[in-house]
Amino acid sequence: MVQINGESIDATGKTLAAYLKENNYIIEGIAVECNEKIIPRQKYSEFILSDGDIVEIVSFVGGGQ
Amino acid sequence: MDNKDTFILGGKEFKSRFILGSGKYSMELIKAAVENAGAEIITLAVRRTNTKKNENILDYIPDNVTLLPNTSGARDAKEAVRIARMSRELGCGDFVKIEIMRDSKYLLPDNAETIKATEILAGEGFVVLPYMYPDIYAARSLVDAGAAAVMPLASPIGSNKGLATKDFIQILIDEIDIPVIIDAGIGKPSQACEAMEMGAAAIMANTAIATAGDIPVMAGAFKSAIEAGRNAYLAGLGRVLERGASASDPLTGFLRD
Amino acid sequence: MAQNQFFVDSDKLSSSALEHKHLIENNPSARTNHMEYLEGMEKISSDIMDKVLGEAGRFDYNKYNAEDVKRAINNETCSIEDFKALLSPAAKPFLEEMAQRAKAETSKHFGNTVYIFTPLYIANFCENYCIYCGFNCYNDINRKKLDMQEIEHEMKIIADSGIEEILMLTGESRSQSNIEYIGEACKLSRKYFRNTGLEIYPVNSDEYKYLHECGADYVTVFQETYDADKYETLHLTGHKRVFPYRFDAQERAIIGGMRGVGISALLGLADFRKDALATALHAYYLQRKYPHVEYSLSCPRLRPIINNDKINPLDIREKELCQVLCAYRIFLPYVGITISSREQKHFRDGIVKIAATKISAGVSTGIGDHESKYNGLEDENTGDEQFEISDSRSFDEMYNDMASEGLQPVLNDYVYV
Repeated sequence: MVQINGESIDATGKTLAAYLKENNYIIEGIAVECNEKIIPRQKYSEFILSDGDIVEIVSFVGGGQ
Repeated sequence: MDNKDTFILGGKEFKSRFILGSGKYSMELIKAAVENAGAEIITLAVRRTNTKKNENILDYIPDNVTLLPNTSGARDAKEAVRIARMSRELGCGDFVKIEIMRDSKYLLPDNAETIKATEILAGEGFVVLPYMYPDIYAARSLVDAGAAAVMPLASPIGSNKGLATKDFIQILIDEIDIPVIIDAGIGKPSQACEAMEMGAAAIMANTAIATAGDIPVMAGAFKSAIEAGRNAYLAGLGRVLERGASASDPLTGFLRD
Repeated sequence: MAQNQFFVDSDKLSSSALEHKHLIENNPSARTNHMEYLEGMEKISSDIMDKVLGEAGRFDYNKYNAEDVKRAINNETCSIEDFKALLSPAAKPFLEEMAQRAKAETSKHFGNTVYIFTPLYIANFCENYCIYCGFNCYNDINRKKLDMQEIEHEMKIIADSGIEEILMLTGESRSQSNIEYIGEACKLSRKYFRNTGLEIYPVNSDEYKYLHECGADYVTVFQETYDADKYETLHLTGHKRVFPYRFDAQERAIIGGMRGVGISALLGLADFRKDALATALHAYYLQRKYPHVEYSLSCPRLRPIINNDKINPLDIREKELCQVLCAYRIFLPYVGITISSREQKHFRDGIVKIAATKISAGVSTGIGDHESKYNGLEDENTGDEQFEISDSRSFDEMYNDMASEGLQPVLNDYVYV
């Protein structure tokens, strides 16, 4: 199982690119961190999700004070 | 007076001294607010992506505006550094506003953690703008840590209470050699104007505009107030005449030659 | 404009010494580059000198008018521009208003206290030729260096009079008064006094650290003038000729751990308005860089010396001196200001009520003559004075005079922890 944005998801063995595509993420608007390391956008297709990985997928929202 | 009064942050030159927050708006109003504010810098937050609502805030922000992601949600230096790195990966430049709060009631910034995060991120090439409590020692440490500016709070976030920390902010303006940008608590244009008259380099505001009756008009009102305050500062405020009555005996009567 | 005539030839100098003296007096190209460090002089990384000299060089004091001065007197915080207006000729009609404001600032930061201390000259050997100074190496005076026994004897006499803070001075001769010698004197001073200042030749930061460990609390170095070109024509030979090494002395002292530093120009050597601006900015920029340190300013004017009684401070009269001191106080409300015994009693008594916070008493600028000065015992074996003093009040007289002026005399404000 892989922890993605706080949820346990059965994505072990998939590439990051495949997972993002399946779930309708728009690549241009997100950043991905795995186990506290940034995964650069050009590495998504070769990065394979492993059991126990903790993944954060983030994007900008409105924010000020 | 110098006609060209520009404001430089991280090597970038800005004409506007109004930094606009983008929180608490409906997306459609952000564009009008930015345009009426004349803002060239806008703050954003980083959050987990919601795939159900595929809306990108960047689509609503004019292209020429510099994005200033904040690290809101961070509770310590380590989390702030992670958020900053993710924001840079989102591809919008090297600017970051550090916000570290470990107090959910008052949302006051943790200066000690902020100094640590500033040092790390400045070392990684970020243009670091730390949100802080206006403390002279912390401000000096932030300068040493490589901050591009300091952002002291005027009063608690979202309180619209204005310059509750006025005397301490004045100390930072007088003593710190990098820009002092007033952040948090500015509730009305008159308060923004007053801070600019004191010599602040810029004003950051969000809630006061986002919660106004007419958002675009209030954004314009802040713009005018900030410009008025800046001009007053550059012009040099006039004399205040009510200094206490003079002593009756002259002090300089002893001078000879 | 009037000029001082500084050059005096002693008939005791050898013909070759005289020849060299005349050569460096008359031929600038025979003198060394005053901006170049000599071997062994520590170079620290600092931009303060460039900032200070830049501001002073650009200072056009004739551009300020009465409105600028009034605004400067009334502004809550005095900016550098305000300070320049206060130093300008336009401020002269506002001297009383400046004094009122200065007094208010002094009261806010120091109450009605006035510190009393005394200088102790332990040696007058000097390797420099500073043409206005009585200790200069070509001047025919009695030279003396006290040994440790004599220093202790002097200290006992001074301490018995009630004084708790001294400023120890030497002529600027590293070979005659080396660091170990001064360090030993500091150790003795620690026995007799609560607070010890040093006014010696500039040294490296590790040497300041050593002297601090021996008991020195603060270091005063007079830049004399901040006009580097003028400086070159006044300090013709010796280590003191190196302008930038002297300028950075306070910063090296701070790096060495000293808790306070004193800064000053000798008014009357060059354009006093520019020198006053540079003096205050020197303190201002150091304070911004080292906020934990205590800063003090002095404001000596040129005085007659042995073998040249014509030397005088030219265009800086009492009114101008008062203007400078009020401007210092308004611009830098937190700094200590020391008023020298070069000034007369009426001036010193007046200025401590406005701007000065520290006054010397029981002063001798000679070497080893406290016995005669304090107790009336004659001693032939003394060294000559650096300059003529104008206020010879003893410690007791000064203490009583200050108290009767409504001020609170303070002898030290340190607690060693």
